[in-house]
Amino acid sequence: MDRRDLLKMIAAATGMAMVGGDLWAADLKSADAGKALFTQSDIAFLDEIAETILPKTTTPGAKDAGCGAVMAVMVADCYDLPQQTIFFEGLKTIKALAKKQFGKDFMQLTAAQKHELLSKLDQEAKQASGQTPHYFILLKQLTLMVFFTSKVGATEVLRYVAVPGRYDGNMPYKKGDRAWAT
Amino acid sequence: MTVAQNHYDAIVVGSGISGGWAAKELTEKGLKVLLLERGRDIEHIKGYTNAFKEAWDYPHRDKATEKMKDMHPVLKREYTLNESTYGMWAREDESPYVEIKRFDWFRGYHMGGRSLLWGRQSYRLNEADFEANLKEGIAVDWPIRYKDLAPWYDYVERFAGISGNRDGLDVLPDGQYLPAFPLNVVEQSVSERLKKAFGGSRHLICGRTANISQPKPEQNRVNCQYRNKCWLGCPFGAYFSTQSSTLPVAMKTGNLTVRPFSIVTQVLYDKDKKRARGVEVLDSETMQTYEFTSKIVFLNASAFNSTWVLMNSATDIWEGGLGSSSGELGHNVMDHHLNAGAFGEIEGFDDKYYFGRRPTGFYIPRFRNWGGDKRDYLRGFGYQGAASRQGWQKNVAEIGIGADLKNALAEPGTWTIGMSGFGEILPDHSNKISLDRTVKDKWGLPVLAMDAELKANEIKMRKDMMQDGIDILEAGGAKNVRGFNGECHPGKGIHEMGTARMGRDPKTSVLNGFNQVWDAPNVFITDGAAMTSASCVNPSLTYMALTARAAAYAVDALKKGDL
Repeated sequence: MDRRDLLKMIAAATGMAMVGGDLWAADLKSADAGKALFTQSDIAFLDEIAETILPKTTTPGAKDAGCGAVMAVMVADCYDLPQQTIFFEGLKTIKALAKKQFGKDFMQLTAAQKHELLSKLDQEAKQASGQTPHYFILLKQLTLMVFFTSKVGATEVLRYVAVPGRYDGNMPYKKGDRAWAT
Repeated sequence: MTVAQNHYDAIVVGSGISGGWAAKELTEKGLKVLLLERGRDIEHIKGYTNAFKEAWDYPHRDKATEKMKDMHPVLKREYTLNESTYGMWAREDESPYVEIKRFDWFRGYHMGGRSLLWGRQSYRLNEADFEANLKEGIAVDWPIRYKDLAPWYDYVERFAGISGNRDGLDVLPDGQYLPAFPLNVVEQSVSERLKKAFGGSRHLICGRTANISQPKPEQNRVNCQYRNKCWLGCPFGAYFSTQSSTLPVAMKTGNLTVRPFSIVTQVLYDKDKKRARGVEVLDSETMQTYEFTSKIVFLNASAFNSTWVLMNSATDIWEGGLGSSSGELGHNVMDHHLNAGAFGEIEGFDDKYYFGRRPTGFYIPRFRNWGGDKRDYLRGFGYQGAASRQGWQKNVAEIGIGADLKNALAEPGTWTIGMSGFGEILPDHSNKISLDRTVKDKWGLPVLAMDAELKANEIKMRKDMMQDGIDILEAGGAKNVRGFNGECHPGKGIHEMGTARMGRDPKTSVLNGFNQVWDAPNVFITDGAAMTSASCVNPSLTYMALTARAAAYAVDALKKGDL
């Protein structure tokens, strides 16, 4: 059984945007941009967006997992040029929206204002249709992937046992028990 | 180097599943054996550099980068391109091939070959599999029957360690098993419903896998630790590979010499004796050429590469190479076709979860064209699949962003079940590989050109693979069931077979009933190349059994002076 295939299939069927670009793998060569694509302030901006999507609560949030820096690496190395373009245009749009709606730089907004702004984009993205993904779909999926595959996300928000040593296919579950990271 | 050091009783070409078995059997029977591997050495445990890494240890969280995709236009077609197994699949830039028709070729050019990367599902062919060609007038008859191979299946299963149940089904003969990796609660429920729904003709059983559910201390192998990271190399030796199983035994005899970085370019043929006298080796590091001589040669270079060696051998006598007098060398390419099946959701088990990560899922043996069933195509397919609860990847459309989203994703979601068919591909003369001498690999050697495709029989079968999948899951209690019948080109199954088939007549087959090349009886081929038909079950276990049987025959024949 190839479970990796199955996971891919299920992800596709449930309408998940696959981070890494499988769905939009274009013939265009990727810009060999490297990490130089992002400045420190870009990474701080990504951290704020990620933290707004997955905030610290009683469990750690996106910043605790260092999401911004990893997101930058993923976009630089694993996105193709069309996806990178969508992504960067999206970041510009978010900055502009912050100015327009609140008269402030995104980084100066309160947590509630950031939540309000990005919630609207989330709604907009869910309703969007078209050949290319809405930039917020990319941002959100990338945040989730980077967070839940981080050590903090996998072990402190989800559950992970490196060497289970046994199998129980009929384990009791009660609401609130955390999901396995993998 | 003196001539004496270049002579062995036997030479084994390739160190994958069947090559490892050949080395083990021949050295245990007292032969001095040279095992040639074209790639680098990978030491058991020490060589598994990623075995203890976690997702967060990879710079790109195990995803392929765009650079990797540019460099690997074939590997990127599948799950094969990722950070954790990077370097374990052969590089297309060094070892290109020509696609007259698309062929997804995934190769393991290193010690252990694909025994380190395989899916480990281990099933026996059944009696009908060996008789179908004859009964249906397809290709040629197998020169052997199930009963010829059954004791050898017993033998290899006991050594390799196959975990599974004895399910008592004639379509899937039982073997010598360690306790099965169990079904989970949802798979068990679906299994029970199926028994009632289809009058006992369709069965959902535990996958039979070459992972050990109990330790094998005599082989220094620890039982499976339920990490499900097999393809990184198992530091516990819990699945069968050359490194964990056959190689240590062969080394212990003191009769084995292993030579990595050794590309076999041809079998050296003595036209007076009508026998091979050894092989020519190109050292891939130094570009030096060597001759090694031996009484017998086992070609276990993987199906197409064993045939490639034959195509390059004795070309002064036969233009198409050794074994080409049959007119069948390179023909009858087979694989298993997949990527057609179904998936759905299962309700009513929200109070159930699981602990540990099994190295297998469930299996549904073939039921089409079996018993009284008759379809508008020949042969059939089995399904492989699994049920699990969705994790953080689940879609929670109703929740936006923020704490609610994080909390929702931190809990397991709906139980889902999915499966894909593995369908038999008929041997067809027009599905073939050939040498393209205009294209050269990194070492200046001619490459293979692939010219194979799914034919009408397979395309008809795929409709059933999807629709039966839907019917089975619905009967099993699944909701929101959806079928799929996606793209599938030969090679995707990574079960390439044929091109030097076994048969009863040297005019229509390359190998005889003991895997000897008709035109050079001291050359044996016991990898996928030998397959006369493909069955629908995963083939590696059959290569193991064929190899052990042929090795026993070869040593006997040597003693009698027949070779």
